[in-house]
Amino acid sequence: MTALDVGAKGAKVAGVAKKRRPKNSILNALPWIGPALALIIAVVVWPAIELIKISLTKITSAGALEGFNGLENYRMLFENPDLGAIVMRTLVWVGSVVSITVILSMPLAQLINQNFPGRKFVRWAMIVPWAASVVMTSIVWKWMLELTSGEFNLTLRQLGLQDQPVDWLRDPRYSFFVLIWVAVFVSIPFTTFVLLAGLQSIPNDIIEAAQVDGATSWQIYRGIKFPLLRNALLIATIINLINVFNSFPIIWALTRGGPGYNTDTTITFAYKMAFVEYNMGPSTALGVINFAFIMLIVLIYLRVTKATRGQL
Amino acid sequence: MQKLEEKVAKKAKRNFSMTPKKAATMISAYSIGLFFIYPYINMILTSLKPHGELYSTPTKRLPVDWQFNNYLDVWSKAPIADFLKASIVVSIFATLLVLLVSVPAAYYIARNRFKGRAAFLLLVLATQMFSPTALIIGIFREVKFFGLLDTWLALIIVNAGFNLAFAVWLLSGFFASVPVEIEEAAMVDGCTKFSALRRIVLPVTLPGLVTAVIFTFVATWNEFTVALTIMSSPQRQPISTGITTFVGQYDVAWEYLFTTTAIAIVPVVILFISIEKYLVGGLTAGSVK
Repeated sequence: MTALDVGAKGAKVAGVAKKRRPKNSILNALPWIGPALALIIAVVVWPAIELIKISLTKITSAGALEGFNGLENYRMLFENPDLGAIVMRTLVWVGSVVSITVILSMPLAQLINQNFPGRKFVRWAMIVPWAASVVMTSIVWKWMLELTSGEFNLTLRQLGLQDQPVDWLRDPRYSFFVLIWVAVFVSIPFTTFVLLAGLQSIPNDIIEAAQVDGATSWQIYRGIKFPLLRNALLIATIINLINVFNSFPIIWALTRGGPGYNTDTTITFAYKMAFVEYNMGPSTALGVINFAFIMLIVLIYLRVTKATRGQL
Repeated sequence: MQKLEEKVAKKAKRNFSMTPKKAATMISAYSIGLFFIYPYINMILTSLKPHGELYSTPTKRLPVDWQFNNYLDVWSKAPIADFLKASIVVSIFATLLVLLVSVPAAYYIARNRFKGRAAFLLLVLATQMFSPTALIIGIFREVKFFGLLDTWLALIIVNAGFNLAFAVWLLSGFFASVPVEIEEAAMVDGCTKFSALRRIVLPVTLPGLVTAVIFTFVATWNEFTVALTIMSSPQRQPISTGITTFVGQYDVAWEYLFTTTAIAIVPVVILFISIEKYLVGGLTAGSVK
């Protein structure tokens, strides 16, 4: 309705007359939103453009630029024999961590939405992994997964489930699954709280009405709560997709992507190429692909939230 | 109305009667709560062990000889005071910078419709979705270009940039909840727009400001990837990357490593818990409720 149309007309008028700016000109907004805009450009837009530019440039291991290079960096990247496995692993990583997290968070949100004594403390306990530094949490898990004295092996031993201690982080059979476990552990709290907020926004009277009509709690969950949770679920899933894809500290702290490239994702692989192996060219190409992937999910997110919010 | 509901709820709590279903709920909820803090309990217990007990057989969960002294000795084992100072300075200034740029922006978008408003909001929302990780090479080169490698200033600016979205979204919601009429009345009474903002609007939106402050502080405190990439001198590292100096050593001093992480984690957890109520709203940009 046209605040926008009026704005456009107003801007035209301002362009001709130049005497009085219309109230809704962006020029009036600039002193207010300008600093935020400048900061976003400096910290997000500039590095993104820089990354794309470098990916098309010949770059030495020391970081010196030696002119336009076409798609040479991308060709070098795609010729890397390890890339295929790393891309596959990244898809498995994002898919499994996000789906396990969301599936486990649904009953958890339902649980901490119940009324019981000490609920506050349970909620506080569940916030801890969300608040604590991910790299520190990962280091704690590194200790708990330690070969001889770690809590993990100790518990399995005491339960009689293990004869020989397992070196969870170095054994290539287990290391990737252990990373998934830690990633799920740090992702559940945020997801559960988003779903909890969704549950809390469901008006009580709908549920009471259903109870009066004799619905069981499972029926209420299936028929009323779950459909109303759809938005929260969608948002939580998309934000998790991005967070898990971007997840660098867990892998870096626990395995550095090793042994070899055995637990690398495209994010840690790009980092490793750039800052450990000084193989800048292909690293920037992979960086651009990573960036494009996130951009795609962001666009989906914008569509979804726009739809749910009505209009911005 | 709200009060009445609370009263009823309290009464229900008092007349709490244990049914098997309730008991099952409680047991599972407590176990799950324990599961999520267990690693941190393990961390604190390990931080209280003498080094000799770390790998003792049979493994014991509790320290035999409780070493509360670890919390005093650790300060001389690694430059933790420097790490903490770096983290505190960077987090405080990043938070101030976020407030400085997000309060006016949030206020203006809550109060005014202007051309480009939707585009600006989309840009902010997109920023919130990006973490520095994917852009790290670009960030590194930009920081280098400005000659700011290994400086706190670079950390402050980058952290502020990636966290301002949360503050803008959360605060604009709070500002929008203050009726324009109150503000206009103040302006009629002779307040300028800025003093109306300061005297009328800011006090009402205080919870939002506190949440934005704590969230930015904690997020900056925990940031790892950028600090790892652009900070090189050991004495300027923040705590999140500083602790990795313990891990690199051949015989990891887990007890001191964990005294350090405990010192770094406990305060921010308390801060974070204090803003629980508002966290989800800011992070999901009002799309859940």
